[in-house]
Amino acid sequence: MKIEFTLNNRTISTHILPGEYLIETLQKCNIHSIRRGCDTTNCGVCTVLLDDKPVPSCSVLSAQVDHHSITTVEGIAHETEKLSAHFGKEGADQCGYCNPALALAVFALRKENSHPTSTEIDEYLVGNLCRCSGFKNQNKAIAAYFEEEAYQEEQ
Amino acid sequence: MKVVNQEIPSIDGKSLMMGRQAYSNDFADTDSLIIKVLRSPHPFAKIEVIDISAAQELPGVVIVLTYVDFKRIPFTRAGQGYPEPSPHDKFVLDEYVRYIGDEVAIVAAVDEETAIRAVKLIKVEYKVLEPILDFETAYNNQQILHPEPEIHEMFPIGFDPKKNIAAQYHMEIGDVEATLNKCDVVVNETFYTQAQAHAMMEPHTCNARFDHLNRLVIYSSTQTPFHIRRIISQALEIPIARIRVIKPRVGGGFGGKQAVHGELIVASVTMRTGKPSKLVYTRKEVFESTYTRHPMRFDMRLGAMKDGTLKAIDCQVLSDTGAYGEHALTVFMVAGSKVLPLYNKVDSVRFGGKVVYTNHTPAGAFRGYGAIQGNFALESAIDVLCHKLQMDPIIFRQKNMIKEGESSAIFAIMGEGTEGTPMTMDTCKLEYCVQRGMDLIGWKTKYPRQVVSKDVVRGVGMAIAMQGSGIPLIDMGSAIIKLNDGGFYNLLVGATDIGQKSDTVLAQICAEELETTIDKIIVTSSDTDLTPFDTGAYASSTTYISGNAVLNAAKAMKSRLIEEAAIMLQTTIDKIVFNGNSFFDSQKKQKISLEDLSNRLYYNQNQKQVATTGSYVGHKSPPPFMAGFAEVEIDIKTGETSVINYVSVVDCGTTINPKLAQGQVEGGIVQGIGMALYENVIVTKNGKLVTNSLMSYKIPTRLEIKNLVTEFAESYEETGPFGAKSVAEIGIDTPPAAIMNAIYNAIGVRINSLPATPEKIWHAINERQNNQE
Repeated sequence: MKIEFTLNNRTISTHILPGEYLIETLQKCNIHSIRRGCDTTNCGVCTVLLDDKPVPSCSVLSAQVDHHSITTVEGIAHETEKLSAHFGKEGADQCGYCNPALALAVFALRKENSHPTSTEIDEYLVGNLCRCSGFKNQNKAIAAYFEEEAYQEEQ
Repeated sequence: MKVVNQEIPSIDGKSLMMGRQAYSNDFADTDSLIIKVLRSPHPFAKIEVIDISAAQELPGVVIVLTYVDFKRIPFTRAGQGYPEPSPHDKFVLDEYVRYIGDEVAIVAAVDEETAIRAVKLIKVEYKVLEPILDFETAYNNQQILHPEPEIHEMFPIGFDPKKNIAAQYHMEIGDVEATLNKCDVVVNETFYTQAQAHAMMEPHTCNARFDHLNRLVIYSSTQTPFHIRRIISQALEIPIARIRVIKPRVGGGFGGKQAVHGELIVASVTMRTGKPSKLVYTRKEVFESTYTRHPMRFDMRLGAMKDGTLKAIDCQVLSDTGAYGEHALTVFMVAGSKVLPLYNKVDSVRFGGKVVYTNHTPAGAFRGYGAIQGNFALESAIDVLCHKLQMDPIIFRQKNMIKEGESSAIFAIMGEGTEGTPMTMDTCKLEYCVQRGMDLIGWKTKYPRQVVSKDVVRGVGMAIAMQGSGIPLIDMGSAIIKLNDGGFYNLLVGATDIGQKSDTVLAQICAEELETTIDKIIVTSSDTDLTPFDTGAYASSTTYISGNAVLNAAKAMKSRLIEEAAIMLQTTIDKIVFNGNSFFDSQKKQKISLEDLSNRLYYNQNQKQVATTGSYVGHKSPPPFMAGFAEVEIDIKTGETSVINYVSVVDCGTTINPKLAQGQVEGGIVQGIGMALYENVIVTKNGKLVTNSLMSYKIPTRLEIKNLVTEFAESYEETGPFGAKSVAEIGIDTPPAAIMNAIYNAIGVRINSLPATPEKIWHAINERQNNQE
């Protein structure tokens, strides 16, 4: 079947196979940031924003995104760069495999809650697993990002 | 120091978050054949008939391979230096399958759906054999897992397959029985550790194609590109000069990517079809068909005098290597060699046991590499002893543990598969680590327990640990530095960045020596064609071994640059001062910038390429040390336990990058907490792994990890690059023992079998209450 959706503000018209998942469609569109981690919606590595909400692309059928909007870090490079600077400062970025997906989840949280507490950050991001970092430096970096963005908004 | 010991952001973190092409699968050719593997449904069976005709006839299937397509060349997948201390007991495909998930057949097709369908069309008749699923019954069992005649050891490791022994070892210093007989107090405890899974976020991934020179080029998520090249060449009889292995970014390894996994499969498919191919493991395959940590049983006996002097340690180990003997001997030996020297003042110490084959998923390298298992057993037993002696476990450790300037006879006796290397602890800040950790956790007020409410208690516990820094006289790293016009450098290293950020750390070492900034050092790593040799990312070797290689290459570059500057300025080298940017001749009061010098060298004057190499082999393996302190909170009604504080004080020498070092320690701590409390491995009666997904196998999430405090001791290891030792593994070692000790201190029951699930703790509490009643 043919579907049409918005990918990072571009309109994509493409043919999909029956049962094709969004992760496969996005990989055909040369999106590198979306990667497989687990196949069972537990790891969060394949997260994309579907109409600004984080969803695991390994478990969303491509047919479901017809006439919807998909965002990956490729579409919000500037914002991702800002977050990545905080990760760099805190030494929070190890293997990096989960980081594009984690960034998207952080941006989704910010849309819902621009002043989250540390517990709210942990609870929102609990589905984004990481086996490298031990989480604490990541959370410091994310908290610093929220702080700086809040400060910028006040200015 | 301007670059080393500075909190510099990693050189690749930003690009990785922005989703750039970086990991192995990002480099797969778009027209790659998709490979799927038919895997054994039986823990032990012989393939009697395998009919691939229906699969072959399915449109879109390009090739189907079974054991008849491979020459019987035994090898080991372990991914170690050569000759390996692991038995050569594996064939690419074999007529026997030895665990649920073992490879039966390989299918390559034009797309994934076709490959999956073809796998289902392969008809196999198995002769199902009685498996060995209890490792305590494997030794001398009448069922023999490896009867095949071709398998062998590369040098004596105690390999005895007729008795299901992959390796065995024994050593004794002094007379343990005689010493124990003279002790006032003796403890005798048995401990079990589980088959922990690495659960790195990137599944094992590799792909192959022929390049314009008709050479086989493989991208792989490996920790050991040079070993992979060698093993592909040996196992498939492809000339080594025809193979190029490239390791791009890797999404975590932790030892799980040290070995060969899919590389032989993609190589076979591309060699036979001429077409590019790729293999991405499913998460189920990562769990079932790669590696686990070696499960072990420890029978520990300790003897001490009333005054708290530890006199004897007896450590007898049984290790389960699963279906193949990868890392069988070395992981087992590290359970002694990187644990027992912690208590170096004993009169007698004995270590020995067997590593047995079973029909489980093979075990292999995993961060900690035996030391975490051994540490759990010894540091738990020490606390049992302290309780019997009625002595504070910290005072006991302060009295008996190894200290700076001291040694242990074990270092000379036990290496990794071979004899060891004698060494003195030139840096050992354990005393500081213990004292500082005690203050940070609040030991004096919190030990042993605090009652929070009727149902909730807290306890504190601790453990000390050591690891190594590479394998002495075996692990080799090397580096090439190339000066470019414009006055910047390429740093080419074989060292393997798997997410621990070694490219950044090595660039910092290079920049420090060349007195420049990190943006002037362009790192290329882990490409067997372009970069010099390195054994790979294992044994906590990269900072110390590869870092020293980089330092040697940088020192050589500095001398070469000064020579060239002296020629350019028509003076002698002793008159030249170099500040990283410019060369000054103090007498003649003239200078030339590095940029100018490099441009002249390449375009105008005295023209030549300036490049240097450096390599390094360790002559010792200076251990990093740490003290870990856990504070746990236990709900005694449910057994639910959480670590509310974990304090780590680490002596890893100079931290080349303090934030990244902290990340290494805390990443290890969290994996250790996972092994201690959450990562339960469930196998059915017939050998099927139940915990084969991230849904059923629980790794710690953000919510479980409450408060981590990580500090580093002031320490400078003279033989390390700018004073550094290793930091990759030490963090994982203490949590199992420290947490079990904390649980004991909280509720008075000891969990000797990992992980300490709420169920086990609840049962232990109830059993104790029943006994008291």
